[in-house]
Formats: sequence, C-alpha cells, structure tokens
Amino acid sequence: MDINLYLKAFAGGLMIGASASLLMLLNGRIAGISGIVGSFLRVQTFGLSWQLAFVLGLLAAGLTWPLLVGSLTIEIVASPILLVIGGLLVGFGTRLGSGCTSGHGVCGIGRLSKRSIIATGTFVLSGAIVVALLRLVGALSL
Amino acid sequence: MMILLSALISGLLFGVGLIVSEMVNPARVQGFLNIFGNWDPTLAFVMGGALCVTIPVMTLLKKKEQPVFGTKFEWPTRADVDNKLIIGAAMFGAGWGATGFCPGPALVSIGTFSGDVFLFVGAMLAGMVVHNIVNDRQQSAA
Repeated sequence: MDINLYLKAFAGGLMIGASASLLMLLNGRIAGISGIVGSFLRVQTFGLSWQLAFVLGLLAAGLTWPLLVGSLTIEIVASPILLVIGGLLVGFGTRLGSGCTSGHGVCGIGRLSKRSIIATGTFVLSGAIVVALLRLVGALSL
Repeated sequence: MMILLSALISGLLFGVGLIVSEMVNPARVQGFLNIFGNWDPTLAFVMGGALCVTIPVMTLLKKKEQPVFGTKFEWPTRADVDNKLIIGAAMFGAGWGATGFCPGPALVSIGTFSGDVFLFVGAMLAGMVVHNIVNDRQQSAA
C-alpha cells in the first residue's frame, strides 16, 4: 500500500469539495458537470455563460498542468468501440439520471439528498458489475 | 462578470483536484470499480475528501439567504426517486465502468490530446444531445 496515493486522493478530493463549495457560496450553483455541459449544448443557452466559464476552467486545468506542473498521465484500457459505447451511455445516462459523480456524488451527498445517495449507490454498483462482466469475457484486462 | 470569473476559478480548482487525486486516470478508476476482483480502494478517498468539505459547507449555506454574486441559491428541489433516476444512473455507471471516464475527468483529459479521449468526449456529447432531443419530444408530446 502506497500511503502517498491515498494522501493525493484525499488532497485532490478536498480541492474538488472546495471548488463545489465555492461555486455554491459565490454563484449559488451546483457543480454538476454533466448538467453544466448538457445545458450549454442547447442552442438557446449557447454563448458566454457561467457554465461555459466553468468548463473552460476544467479544460484550462488539463491544458496548463503539463506545462506548469508535471506530466498528466492517463492510461486507457478500453478499446475504441468500448469508448464510443461507454461515451454514449455516460452522456445519455447522466442527463436522464440528472447527474454524475460531481452533481450526485460530491454536491448531492454533500446536501444529504436521498436521490443523490441512491443515484451514487446505483452508478457505483452498475460500474462494478460492468467491470466484472467485461473482465469475465476478456474485454478488459485490469 | 464576477459570476463568470468565480465559475472559471471553480472549474480550474475542480480540474486540478481531479488531476492531483488521479481521478483523471481511467485505469485507476476501473481499478476502484474492480470491487469483485483485485480492488483498489484508493479513489474512495477522493469522494471522502470532497464530502469532508461539502457536507459542512452545504449545511451552513442552506441557512444563508443569498450567494455572494448570484441572485439566489439554486438548490435542487426534487425529492422523489423515479425510474429515470435509477435507469440513468445505471446507464452512466455502465459507461463509467466500461471506460473509466466520467464527464469531469474526460474534459480535463483533453489536455493530453489523445485521440481516444476525443473519441470518448465526442460520444458523450452525442449521448447528451440525443437525450435533449428525446426529452424535448416527450415534453412537446405531453
């Protein structure tokens, strides 16, 4: 067990919590990323909005990190076809279920919302089942 | 103006938190979801860290009348657990498990300029647009 990985996970979690808290304190808005992205995909709200500013901030983090801090390491195990199917499911499912890891997991549970606690339990369980099934059929090697 | 600036800073902090915690790395996420196999519990500390901040802050903010820059707090009001919530969360979880990506980390990962990331993000945005279209049809039919 590498204690540093746990510390990094916790420190990153504190920053995510601080970000969601800041957005509510300053703007009165929920930091739900699927909701934010879904809303500015609509033509009538397209333009310079707080949602677009938030997404630009997210993108800026990924774009500036390798230049200013260090490497941005991501390892993608899924095949291209899984990435497409998974992407469609994530996009459609987060909108149908009114949230993702941020809106339900961080903000919703933060507000002790019953809907968000149930949604988070559901997507973690569903994710665990799909990982187990894909490993079983050899589509995912972890 | 301040609304946009605070959303931008909040998005940036959220993104940095995702990078520091390694939540951006799909292989790590799938290791966390590999509950029925060789489970890596580290990323549970990301949500744990975030909730350490959001639970007390959201509780305090609920007693406040107005956010600093916004006109009012936009607290979600729904309390019912319906099929859409469960089915949507299950679909999202399936896509999350299959790929290791949820919306926030996928957007931050654009900074790697990996073709696989663009494939996932493109499919995710398409899934959201499909949901918007289906949802609008249902609403106009009702």
